[in-house]
Amino acid sequence: MADLKTTYLGLELKNPLVASASPLSKKVDTVKRLEDAGVGAVVMYSLFEEQIIHQSLELDYYLSRHTESNAESLTYFPDLENYNVGPEVYLEQIQKLKRSVDIPIIGSLNGISSGGWIDYAKKIEEAGADALELNIYFVPTDTDVNSQELEDTYTTLTANIKNHLNIPLSVKMNPFFTSIPNIASKLVQAGADGLVMFNRFLQPDIELENMVITPNLILSTSAELRLPLRWIAILYGRIQADLALTSGVHSREDMIKALMAGAKVTMIASHFLMNGIDSARELILGLNTWMETNEYESVNQMIGSMSQKSVAEPAAYERANYMKALTSFDNRRY
Amino acid sequence: MTREMITIGGNEAAAYIAYRLNEVIAIYPITPSSDMGEFADEWAAKGKKNIWGTVPTVMEMQSEGGAAGALHGAMTSGSLTTTFTASQGLLLMIPNMYKIAGELTPTVINVSARSLATHALSIFGDQSDIYSTRGTGFALIASRSVQEAHDMALIAQASTLESRIPFLHFFDGFRTSHEVNKIELLNEDDMRQMIDDRFIMEHRARALTPDRPTLRGTAQNPDTFFQARETANVYYKMCPEIVEKAMDKFASITGRQYKLFRYVGAPDAERVIISMGSGAETVEETVLYLNQKGEKVGAITVTLYRPFSMAHLLEVLPPSVNKIAILDRTKEPGALGEPLYQDVITAIEEGLSTGLAKFEKHPKLIGGRYGLSSKEFTPAMVKAIFEELVKSEPLNHFTIGIEDDVNHTSLPYDSAFSIVHPKTVSCVFFGLGADGTVGANKNSIKIIGEETPNHAQGYFVYDSKKSGTVTISHLRFGPHPIRAPYVIGRGEANFVACHQFTFLEKLDMLKFAREGGVFLLNSIYGPDQVWDHLPVEVQADIINKKLKFHVIDAYDVANKTKMGSRINTIMQTCFFAISGILPRQEAIEQIKYSIQKTYGKRGDAVVQQNFAAVDSTLENLYEVKVPARVTSSMKRKPAVSDTAPDFVRNVLGPMIIHEGDSLPVSALPIDGVFPTNTSRWDKRNIGLEIPVWESDLCIQCGKCSFVCPHAVIRQKIYHPKYLETAPVTFKSIPAKFKELPDQIYTIQVSPEDCTGCALCVEACPAKDKTRVGRKAINMAQQQPLREEESINWEFFINLPEVDRSAISPKTIKNSQLLQPLFEFSGACAGCGETPYVKLVSQLFGDRAIIANATGCSSIYGGNLPTTPWASNIDGRGPAWSNSLFEDNAEFGLGMRLTINKQRDFASELLKELSSQIGENLVSELLQADQTEEIGIITQRQRVRILREALKGIKDLRARHLDSLADSLVKKSVWIMGGDGWAYDIGYGGLDHVLASGLNVNVLVLDTGVYSNTGGQASKATPRAAVAKFAANGKGLPRKDLGRLAMTYGYVYVASVAMGANDQQTLRAILEAEAYEGPSLVIAYSHCIAHGFDLKKGLDQQKLAVLSGIWPLYRFNPDQIDKGENPLSLDYKEPSITVDEYAYNETRFRMLTQSNEERAEVLMNLANIDVKRTWRIYQSMSQQDYSLPKQDEDKKET
Repeated sequence: MADLKTTYLGLELKNPLVASASPLSKKVDTVKRLEDAGVGAVVMYSLFEEQIIHQSLELDYYLSRHTESNAESLTYFPDLENYNVGPEVYLEQIQKLKRSVDIPIIGSLNGISSGGWIDYAKKIEEAGADALELNIYFVPTDTDVNSQELEDTYTTLTANIKNHLNIPLSVKMNPFFTSIPNIASKLVQAGADGLVMFNRFLQPDIELENMVITPNLILSTSAELRLPLRWIAILYGRIQADLALTSGVHSREDMIKALMAGAKVTMIASHFLMNGIDSARELILGLNTWMETNEYESVNQMIGSMSQKSVAEPAAYERANYMKALTSFDNRRY
Repeated sequence: MTREMITIGGNEAAAYIAYRLNEVIAIYPITPSSDMGEFADEWAAKGKKNIWGTVPTVMEMQSEGGAAGALHGAMTSGSLTTTFTASQGLLLMIPNMYKIAGELTPTVINVSARSLATHALSIFGDQSDIYSTRGTGFALIASRSVQEAHDMALIAQASTLESRIPFLHFFDGFRTSHEVNKIELLNEDDMRQMIDDRFIMEHRARALTPDRPTLRGTAQNPDTFFQARETANVYYKMCPEIVEKAMDKFASITGRQYKLFRYVGAPDAERVIISMGSGAETVEETVLYLNQKGEKVGAITVTLYRPFSMAHLLEVLPPSVNKIAILDRTKEPGALGEPLYQDVITAIEEGLSTGLAKFEKHPKLIGGRYGLSSKEFTPAMVKAIFEELVKSEPLNHFTIGIEDDVNHTSLPYDSAFSIVHPKTVSCVFFGLGADGTVGANKNSIKIIGEETPNHAQGYFVYDSKKSGTVTISHLRFGPHPIRAPYVIGRGEANFVACHQFTFLEKLDMLKFAREGGVFLLNSIYGPDQVWDHLPVEVQADIINKKLKFHVIDAYDVANKTKMGSRINTIMQTCFFAISGILPRQEAIEQIKYSIQKTYGKRGDAVVQQNFAAVDSTLENLYEVKVPARVTSSMKRKPAVSDTAPDFVRNVLGPMIIHEGDSLPVSALPIDGVFPTNTSRWDKRNIGLEIPVWESDLCIQCGKCSFVCPHAVIRQKIYHPKYLETAPVTFKSIPAKFKELPDQIYTIQVSPEDCTGCALCVEACPAKDKTRVGRKAINMAQQQPLREEESINWEFFINLPEVDRSAISPKTIKNSQLLQPLFEFSGACAGCGETPYVKLVSQLFGDRAIIANATGCSSIYGGNLPTTPWASNIDGRGPAWSNSLFEDNAEFGLGMRLTINKQRDFASELLKELSSQIGENLVSELLQADQTEEIGIITQRQRVRILREALKGIKDLRARHLDSLADSLVKKSVWIMGGDGWAYDIGYGGLDHVLASGLNVNVLVLDTGVYSNTGGQASKATPRAAVAKFAANGKGLPRKDLGRLAMTYGYVYVASVAMGANDQQTLRAILEAEAYEGPSLVIAYSHCIAHGFDLKKGLDQQKLAVLSGIWPLYRFNPDQIDKGENPLSLDYKEPSITVDEYAYNETRFRMLTQSNEERAEVLMNLANIDVKRTWRIYQSMSQQDYSLPKQDEDKKET
């Protein structure tokens, strides 16, 4: 049995397979099943501040609408004890999970107001999460906001939150930056203990029959592995933070590639949603078998072994457009 | 245990006790008692226990009759039971009340007394309902105030248990039931002290049980019934003393002493008024005031009305009394006098003849009526009655509070007379239904009542529309208890607030203001500009009354703090700041505290948003420097246009601007019959946005018009010559209707009637190919378009209507050329019911007679002042009536019986007089084919000719035939109502009517809930939805009314949803009407009780059908005769989950928030339901209906 252990954000994981943020963590039962299937850690579904605000305002709107206007129908809904709109359900879920499983539970947060980010981050820590993953994204549409300003938003936020937290902090990045190494480095300087690459944005689709824009969830495929693979490989060893690969991990091969590129852990959601939780068992078994066959003793051994720093042809990671390798030459030789 | 002082409404005060002293509660909602049952249901859902430590069982029944039956069964088998009802509901309980009393079973029924429906229905308060129960044998005990409604509920309970006489405890509907006042809350110790558990054990020991079997409800014969009936006498004799004993015990516990008859006034009074209910408090307060002026007057409050104890009444009447006026809050036409009057006369006469009465002189007794349907009863009126009593011949059978210029019964009174305590502060607030004014005022009363040493009172007046309504809040507070069950009068208010600027256009609000008072106006114009935008009358009032004038742009503050249209906490902050009732900072703290209490459980975001609004308020509040003179030239607008018919201008107009109290008796119709065609005169201007037609994109599909709930967007086609006089901005394009070539087409909106719901835009399929967001209609701000589009609308409405015989109504676009005869109702913006009603009026309106059940449709259809039912240029249109709730199907059947009988009789007369009329004409009349429009039009022409011919015939039969001739033209009978009627209270009648086989058309406007009374569950409520009485989600699936009707085999049944399939809806309604037999159309109606943006109503209907939760089908019995299966499924196998439909709506989503586990369980079951239903319908639609082959051998033998 190969040594599958790894560390991520200072946490000891029994293997590098992490269930990433998805609805699977909404139920204690499914998280238990993930643990039974061998998963090393779980990232909770995201707490969306905007959604919480929206739910609260929406509930109030519909409960208030048309009330106290007509003598026969002063209200339209019964007055219930509790509506559970607020972060309480999420925080209780963290507590429940911590009581039910032994594997690390990482909270995931998406805020919209700086007060909200810090407040919820602290609450997630207080609820017992082992670490916090910041799900920060802005879809910029304002032509006057330049990239510097935008990037500062990310880094300032990370720094502010880090100041208020004792548990480790990771930032789930998106790839739409001018220089990924630069923003990665700045995020680490701001306090990120880990970077999760990359966040998949749900791109809207156009539905032609009714000519409307529709949100369209398409689960990932292995093809999506390439992007984070490249950048993790480039960043490994260049920045002082753990790297996690997410998007496109669907097979043991994908996992291995990710680890070799430099990821401490691989994060999986789509694969479980498509193939069920038990597919985790196969992945871990597969990883172990491959390692034994190829005589790798430990996961630690392979992490970063094919990063840009470690490979013979580092330029290959910078290849963007043409497929054929340029034959290398050394002009110092005659 | 100490007692809390709290501010609370009358209903809650009564229910608070009733809940804690009972075990089984069976209810049915009816205004104004519904919330008593709702409180009970909420408390039970929260696990609150009664004083014996168990949670009462609360069950909603199908009608009050059902509730009474359930209660009877529950109490006869040993439990403590109660119910809450009023008016029509109480009437339905009467048969059981006789039984319950006859069986000497203790119970207390709590009633918020309400008018009975006579010439009209009224939701408001008087005592006609309780008086109608006099014969039942129930004890009747009356409360005058919120504190009494609380206390008396306990006294009644103690009394019924000891006396075994069942009690009806009542208080005035709305006046007490909905008044908020500060009271002392009884605690459980008080209740335990009052209730002797021994009586409960005896009650249980008497119960019907197989362990000690007995027989009850026997049938008795002449030999013994009479004697058996007389056995109860001793119980009735003892009852008054038992009540008195309970009252004394109560006084020893709380210090509040009640009496069966309570006297207040001069010990040597000569004139006394006797009354019962809230009015008695007004009489008493006025007497105290007049006593201080030296007047020898007194007031008697009747508390225990039945059993009527003559001795106790005579005991409290001072011997000096020589004139007594007895007031009744009811009318009993045909009686010598109203009930209380008659009882008092009897008591006094018997008292005198037995020597029990000790009067110095035989008193003169007069009776009067007051306060019917919450008509105000004020100290000024009390004073007028005392003045009348001074006369040597005071008027008997008088009325007070109205002007009776027909029968001359009314007493005049000085409306300026006021007994308001100088330290009491009176405030009147005018709000718009949507802005939260009432809620804020209720919170303000709580703050003042509970956080300051003051007493506080709130009373709220609403109008009759379902949206865009005016609310008027009357608040009083001060150091003395507020005993004033009447609204704030002219010139009494220290503070008047107008929360909606447009009200200034029509409403006289400052009539309430006293000199030196304050006027707060929500205005988009700042302190330096607002003066110039005020009408003359308002400027004059401000100057003449020396008012301090403040303005705030509350909508701007609300906008900046994202509050939308809810300006409640903003205006509340202004009120506290200006009134100075609390120091500003403390007031803000209290407001924030109450925001947290009220909204906290809806999430922190709401709380913070309101806090931000409160914090931004004061910097936006300005005092206006009032000029010395009136500068405006703008007068207040009349209620209706000068061109409106007399009746509309003179009678409905004052009602529209809340001046209806000034109308004398002569102004009103004698039999409750009102003209139609009146809603067009009430231009409400409530739509902030209206649709604008982009004619270049329009494909003339008619869908916008089809879905419009208010008939404000219409299409017409007409001859090009009419464009010669068209207004400048009037739009038109060549028409594309193949039956009518070379015409012009216009879509026009009525800007002042549109509510801005945007359903038309949602329905419009035509998108600009270069810019998809732009459709053939798009919403735009109403204000800048109001004037020019009003002119365009005037022109449009006078264009000729299409020739109905020239087009077939079978397509959407053609159907929408037909004139709607149902327009501009008071229904909610985006209502899901009204488009179906409007469609029926378009297709059949000029020959339709409609029986309408009580519910939203009877309110938006028939609540005065105006009605949306209209007529065409020939003066024909739907004839409409609301009878009751439970009898609607039968009511409509009665109409069909008349139509058939009259037609048959007319046909018989035609035959008898054929030689005189002309054989050809008679034959044509009798054989007319009226299946199409042209047939009906032609028959009308024949009837005109017939009438001409009859003129020359000297025969009584010709006169009869003339009066019946219209019955020869086909009529369309429609029975309309909601699911509360069709599935529950009216189901028995509906079933019988459908079974009858007669030609009636039933339209069920199915919202899945009792929409009109605020969202109580019905048997049509879908599984997993939250509703009142299903607070934990409805566990059982909805009843399949359609499938039940199909089992008859001769009833046409259709299930439709116009948002999912408008063509199928149209087809089903046409088929239903054409079917010569009973038809039932069940129409999916989205509603605000579903809790989503109704603009998306059509989309939700599509999802409802796709998920299978709402099947679409038509069951046509005519197919059976052809050997074909009658059931056509017009929907497909469910292709989305029920979740995808349901979780767009608050009624489903709420359960996932309050009880996630249960939500999941129920939603799973719902998903199974729809698949099962699909399979069942599929199999039904595939059954073999082929006609049996003729057996040749059998035929020959």
